[in-house]
Amino acid sequence: MAIATQDATVRRRSRRKARLQENARAWAYILPAGLVMLVISVFPQMFQLWMSFTDFRVANLRFNIFDPETWDRFGPAWIGIENYVRIIESDLNIPNYNFSRLLFFTFVWAVVNVILHVSLGVGIAMVLNGERVIGRRFYRALFIIPWALPAYISALTWRNMFDPTFGAVNQLFGIDVDWLNDPIPPFDIPGLSWLPLAFYAVLIANTWLGWPFMMVVATGALQSIPKELYEAVDIDGATKWQKHWNVTFPLLRPAMVPAIMLGFIWTFNQFNVIFFISEGGPLGATEILVTQAYKLVAENQLYGVASAFAVVVFFILLVITLIQNRVTRATEAADA
Amino acid sequence: MPEPKVKKPWTRDAVLRQVGTQAMLLAVLAVVMFPVLWVLSLALDPRNISKPLELTLIPPGASFEAFRKVLFDPFTNLCTVPNDLDSCMTFSDLLINSLLVALTTSVLAVVVGASAAYAFSRFRFWGRQIGMIGFIALIMMPATGVLAPLFVLMNTIRIGGEPLRKTLLGLAIAYTATALPFAIWNLKGYFDTVPIDLEQAALVDGASPMRVYTRIVLPLSTPALAVTVLFSFMAGWTEFILAWLFLDDPSRFTLAMALRGMQGQFTTPWSEFAAMSVLMSIPILLLFFGLQRWIVSGLTVGSVKG
Repeated sequence: MAIATQDATVRRRSRRKARLQENARAWAYILPAGLVMLVISVFPQMFQLWMSFTDFRVANLRFNIFDPETWDRFGPAWIGIENYVRIIESDLNIPNYNFSRLLFFTFVWAVVNVILHVSLGVGIAMVLNGERVIGRRFYRALFIIPWALPAYISALTWRNMFDPTFGAVNQLFGIDVDWLNDPIPPFDIPGLSWLPLAFYAVLIANTWLGWPFMMVVATGALQSIPKELYEAVDIDGATKWQKHWNVTFPLLRPAMVPAIMLGFIWTFNQFNVIFFISEGGPLGATEILVTQAYKLVAENQLYGVASAFAVVVFFILLVITLIQNRVTRATEAADA
Repeated sequence: MPEPKVKKPWTRDAVLRQVGTQAMLLAVLAVVMFPVLWVLSLALDPRNISKPLELTLIPPGASFEAFRKVLFDPFTNLCTVPNDLDSCMTFSDLLINSLLVALTTSVLAVVVGASAAYAFSRFRFWGRQIGMIGFIALIMMPATGVLAPLFVLMNTIRIGGEPLRKTLLGLAIAYTATALPFAIWNLKGYFDTVPIDLEQAALVDGASPMRVYTRIVLPLSTPALAVTVLFSFMAGWTEFILAWLFLDDPSRFTLAMALRGMQGQFTTPWSEFAAMSVLMSIPILLLFFGLQRWIVSGLTVGSVKG
């Protein structure tokens, strides 16, 4: 009897030890990545979080957290949640600023973009993955050019292409449309005209820019689908669509889910395209949260408010990501 | 390349399908290349204009002068000694720096990222879900106010008597942080699709997890590894904001920085600007061409089954 309990304790102890070992081993694998992120991302973001509760302005720029002598002289005043209140109540001295409209527009912008990028990327990757497509290596390489150009160059290019007089888009179609500045669309398309033409201009540019990344990820993922699976459903006499629906899409999911979640975050914070092409116009109609935050720093020198803006964006994206994760179970371990 | 073992004959259906596919792909190609050709036409245009006046690929008086200037003339705004042309950066100097930064970034991101992704995919441990969300959460906050504290921190960390901020290594580490969340999530997603049976068999045979990881999981994940290399290389290749903020010494400047530096407050040499944009995308295309066989090398995974 006594020996039996002792045995059980020993077994329990060794099981706990094994668990601890597994934990230690896992975290050892993660440690290098964790360290890099800690230095480059975590520290500055904590600092930004702190800034968001202060009245940080130009005069406080000489504040240096590693130099105690500057703390008293240049430290900003702590004002609690005032910055957040001002943002959410739209109590900022900026023309055309309305927080809920801004948030709604940013959301629409990100969702529409990601849907277009993913469907184009996956679709074209599948076409190129088909049996003996002539010149597929050539197509694949050329299709990534939009991604290979610095985003800022592409943005400048597209801005010039939408120019009313010399822009390639107007010249190509022989039309005379002021894509970026006209607040009211010159032609009315039911269901689409509630957004200014500038929205469609930046959407076209960003889709051009964004789909190749999704194509590359999908191309990689398509290779992980065992050929035998297609052969198996072939025997069952499945149609082409049934094959895609039952084999391709479910098996693309594990690789596409992270790309989609990250794509949503990148697009939500896509600064270059909006800032360089439409500049948030006309009348702030295509402003997204990041471009607004940038203007708070560049034009109004309101560092504290801009930091609060960044923190608000962070929490919005965190909530959206947690919901996506709940739905897609992306963080589950492989064997779970 | 997944070629069928037995060459099927070209039936009428197959030919028609091929024609349809090609028509579609050429249409996509036209849309993709249109802005690129537009930039190319600017580069060939001797008039130094920001927008072509008409839609022609070859403008009147077209020449490769802008390409020659960019490739072989010194960049007079990037000199270590003012007004000394010999101390100015040339395209090849900038190219070497860019390659150093981008390659270091991609190696760091793949090595460090794959290791973390393996843990997230294969181990069950305390804090796994929070850890994964943590990595992705770190790219959610816009960088409006984080550059200043990052500058101060990187200035404080010293390597070999020099602040990390001033070095290409420091820059590469900073870019690694921007590429890591994608690297980890992308690799974790792919690792999940690698059949676990093989590893378990190896573990039963007494192989260590490290051996299983380097000998089984990594070789079977080349498509995702190649995508990660491409992605992180791109991050290091095109970035210029942090680079302009961090680096002081022109001899360490990169191509992306020089390109941004061309855009003057009052004048911009548009032809050269366009020529350089085109030139900068060529190494990426070469890299992709080289990586393509790895991205589509999925045969091994298929053969594991059964």
